[in-house]
Amino acid sequence: MIRRLLIVNRGEIALRIVRAARELGLVSIVAHSEADADTLAVQHADEAVCIGPAQASKSYLNIPAVLEAARSCQADAVHPGYGFLSESADFARAVKEAGLIFIGPDAEIIARMGDKAMARQTAIAAGVPVVPGSPHAVEGLEDALAVAEEVGYPLLIKAAAGGGGRGIRVAEDSDMLAKQLPQAQAEAQAAFGDGRVYLERFIARARHIEVQILADGQRALHFFERECSLQRRRQKVLEEAPSPAVDSATRKRLCDSAVALAEHVGYLGAGTLEYLFDDTTGEFFFIEMNTRIQVEHPVTEMITGFDLVRAMIQIAAGEPLGIAQDEITMKGWAIEMRINAEDPDRDFFPSLGTVEKLVWPTGPGVRIDSGLYEGYKMPPFYDSLVAKLIVWDDTRERALTRAGRALDEFHLQGFTTTADLHRRLIEDPAVKAGAFDTAFLERWLSEPASNHANKKEVIHEQ
Amino acid sequence: MTTQQIQAPFPGVFYRTPSPDEPVYVEEGQAVQAGDVIGLIEVMKQFVELKAEASGTLVSFSADNESVLEAGDVIGTLEVNE
Repeated sequence: MIRRLLIVNRGEIALRIVRAARELGLVSIVAHSEADADTLAVQHADEAVCIGPAQASKSYLNIPAVLEAARSCQADAVHPGYGFLSESADFARAVKEAGLIFIGPDAEIIARMGDKAMARQTAIAAGVPVVPGSPHAVEGLEDALAVAEEVGYPLLIKAAAGGGGRGIRVAEDSDMLAKQLPQAQAEAQAAFGDGRVYLERFIARARHIEVQILADGQRALHFFERECSLQRRRQKVLEEAPSPAVDSATRKRLCDSAVALAEHVGYLGAGTLEYLFDDTTGEFFFIEMNTRIQVEHPVTEMITGFDLVRAMIQIAAGEPLGIAQDEITMKGWAIEMRINAEDPDRDFFPSLGTVEKLVWPTGPGVRIDSGLYEGYKMPPFYDSLVAKLIVWDDTRERALTRAGRALDEFHLQGFTTTADLHRRLIEDPAVKAGAFDTAFLERWLSEPASNHANKKEVIHEQ
Repeated sequence: MTTQQIQAPFPGVFYRTPSPDEPVYVEEGQAVQAGDVIGLIEVMKQFVELKAEASGTLVSFSADNESVLEAGDVIGTLEVNE
């Protein structure tokens, strides 16, 4: 039983959780930093408590300060939102040890799925496909060539101790592998003090597709997939549900694999399984699991009609999932555009300021998740996401048209956002056709904007 | 000899070191060349290098490490070489 919910986050997601809590009849309490005392989440919450200075390390990431706030306001549950402490096993454990309910899975599951190697092993054990690769570090050239036959070319030679894109080489064939392997091993030894290398299939043109699940510790349910391939520097920019690349047979296999993995670990709460999808072969490979609510959850809510944030609170309170998989159906198409306070013409540099004028789009099929209001001065300390503009319509084509209409109605004065970029992006023929991969957006951004289709450039020729 | 006030070009958090465990970019009283990095400003999770606009001596810092700055706040004083 939860009566008083402490929300340890800020921005639009804190407000989203306040709304869910209030609709559930809970007392919503927002834990905020000194810089966030005037946010919309704090204004709409039943109560608020300051947990420290502006810098996240001293407030939103400060576990002792959060626990002290939870005690002082007599909270019985803690919702971490996304980012900050949401995937900290230490935090989940500390909340539980303080006698409170953590809205999310157990610390052990967070730790297990947060470790890439362990998550991969868990997926394999649950029968979920992972990117084909060598099961262990390759010994010498003979071993590598034998493994390569099974993995297939082109492949990546990855340093075991590498990360974040460092220590990776591509081999197109066996000759290149023979040449690159000793170099890669020497390089790994020099760079990381560990010469071990692995081989992994190189999927040149992949989509990023993810499956939303909810689970109650016994049973898991999926809420179909989201297409999140439009990214810049590994940050999602525009997401949609369902994916235009997934047919119903593939969807069933993909979503069933997500349920199998969630049930294999006895998952509890809301979670997302991320996959690489190769639409030339129709293969999908599990890459990682996020053990929290995600930024782009609204597109799933729009096509299924379920309130995921409400559901995760109910599950944490001990309510079992009260529905069967076949009661979850998808209808229509939803698109989310992330409106960031960044200037695309200045290499996406943060654009700060005060909201002088704000007109939100409204009307059929439009949802805004945002903490902005007129007079709000944006603090410089946190993420640049200031609004999520979500649209729904019965087909993808109509949803894109509605997205354009909504963006045209949106008006914000005070600082630059990425809204205009979205307006151009949704007019692009490849985006309209749903034909893109994870590298598409960066290629598109590197082209001059004059190459891009723009509805407003009417050609006056008779 | 002219002195120049180094101001924050935008709001953010000021850092004198490249990372918490490393020494400061510039000590007070140290000579700098135009273009030398003298600190970092973190704005919306992006780190931007703050560079000396002229060569000279960085006489003093008025902003502490990890302090919160508004645009235009004075970070330090540079004595510019003639």
